[in-house]
Amino acid sequence: MSEKKSPIWLRIYSFLAYLFIYIPILILIVFSFNTMKLNIRWEGFTTSWYNVLFRDQDIIQATRNTLIIALISTLVATVVGTLAALAMQRYRFPGYAASETLMYIPIVIPEVVMGISLLVFFVMMNLTLGLFTITLAHIAFNIPFVTLVVRARLHGYDNAIDEAAMDLGADEMQTFWRVTLPTILPGVLSGAMLALTLSLDDYVITYFTAGPGSTTLPLRVFSMVRFMVTPEVNALSTLWVLTVFVILLIGQIIQSRRT
Amino acid sequence: MTITEAAENRKKSSVLKTIRESRVAQGLALIAPANIYLFLLMVLPLLLVVGLSFLSRGEYGNVVFIFNLTNYSRLLDPLYGRILFYSLSVGIGTTVFSILIGYPLAYYIARAPARQRSLLLFLILVPFWTNFIIRTYAWIMILRAGGFLDAVLQWAHITQRSLNLLYTPTAVMIGMIYEFLPFMILPLYSSLEKIENSLLEAAADLGAPPWKVFLRVTLPLSLPGIFAGTILVFIPAMGMFVIPDLLGGAKTILIGNVIRNQFLTARDWPFGAASSMILMILTMVFTLYYTRKAGFSEDLLV
Repeated sequence: MSEKKSPIWLRIYSFLAYLFIYIPILILIVFSFNTMKLNIRWEGFTTSWYNVLFRDQDIIQATRNTLIIALISTLVATVVGTLAALAMQRYRFPGYAASETLMYIPIVIPEVVMGISLLVFFVMMNLTLGLFTITLAHIAFNIPFVTLVVRARLHGYDNAIDEAAMDLGADEMQTFWRVTLPTILPGVLSGAMLALTLSLDDYVITYFTAGPGSTTLPLRVFSMVRFMVTPEVNALSTLWVLTVFVILLIGQIIQSRRT
Repeated sequence: MTITEAAENRKKSSVLKTIRESRVAQGLALIAPANIYLFLLMVLPLLLVVGLSFLSRGEYGNVVFIFNLTNYSRLLDPLYGRILFYSLSVGIGTTVFSILIGYPLAYYIARAPARQRSLLLFLILVPFWTNFIIRTYAWIMILRAGGFLDAVLQWAHITQRSLNLLYTPTAVMIGMIYEFLPFMILPLYSSLEKIENSLLEAAADLGAPPWKVFLRVTLPLSLPGIFAGTILVFIPAMGMFVIPDLLGGAKTILIGNVIRNQFLTARDWPFGAASSMILMILTMVFTLYYTRKAGFSEDLLV
């Protein structure tokens, strides 16, 4: 489609749609500065909820857990997922179709089913539910998404540049580290970014694979909001939104510099 | 699967030389970690659930190894029929509203100046890269009695009393649509953006009025986007239990809530497994039917 000035009703509609998307986020941020503990009406401005938040040991622990799980699962899933993407985009091998089907499982199976099946699996394997099982589960749902993103970026990859490197005397390892990887790095990084956000965001699968002492931020927030609404949750949400926004912005800047 | 892995293991145990020389071996070596991991942590657990659904619950919530079909016959109870029907309506409702709300917006973005498009898409994504529980919590603040929506409506003298929307099926629908809207907008956008301008011009030159150009050219060509978006919205919406928990209170129970309860509170794992099977079969049948019809392509997902 080419650029074309949209009719006025469409522009108004789109403005309203963006409003629908952003109003909840704005309300969260504004009400994190509210003095009223029940947080129903606006009473006055305070930053004290941020102090409460920074002293909340449960939150600090949950943040630590969340980051550990996200970093490890992103790292493992990115390596395994990228290798799989290379295999599927550049090689043909027996079992190709089956491997491809395997990659679609997390898209076509509802999360709740994946959550309970992992719970059953871990209990049968006699694994203690906790950070370890959550991380194993996150790696599992992240691998296919990394592969999907990296494969999409590999689409136009020219094998000739690898062959050229080999012709010039590089061995397989040198070719991979000096030619292939730098070329596909943007794809690998966006795959890793997706894995990181999916892991930070995950509630359902974490919920079924968590044990005592392995509460993550989404689990903690859920138990906080289920029973009451306090500006502390808003303060946490605000920090979360700002962090994500900054990370995304940096990602965008890096990408636009590369191109 | 197992044949592949057996082949893999044979190849691996032989010398590294084979890998150097054979491209098949190279491919297998690269795919092996992913295949083995996904087999162990996705396929095997799902197979366990299939098996579990034919067993029964012991007195203390343990699993008794007697093969039977009672879990499935229990699901025939009208109570579960209603829950299943309600889950389907919520899934379909969420999908339909996401299309209706998302389509014009995707259309607008696809026609915006090229430099603005990535910014407009970025703006759609930003709120959704924050946490899902937090987004749902925001709707608690908006919908509850005396919350933001009530305040705005009363300030504008549209309503006098609270709408009391929180803990109703309407609240669940609003929360679901909000949550899944970007999964619809992105594939819609990517298929709308691919439409060749010359086709639209040709239709216009041949005398078609704008609405006809839309109905006969644009809409049919954007169908792959609608299909992909539908799969991305319908499947997670069907299994959702968090939004009904937070926005629907105890009144709205979806199949996802039943599964969660059986596993974590009622501790009747076999019955929970059977309910999961029903949900899985429903979504699989739907996906197969849809992909057959639409020729689902992976590039729409990214």
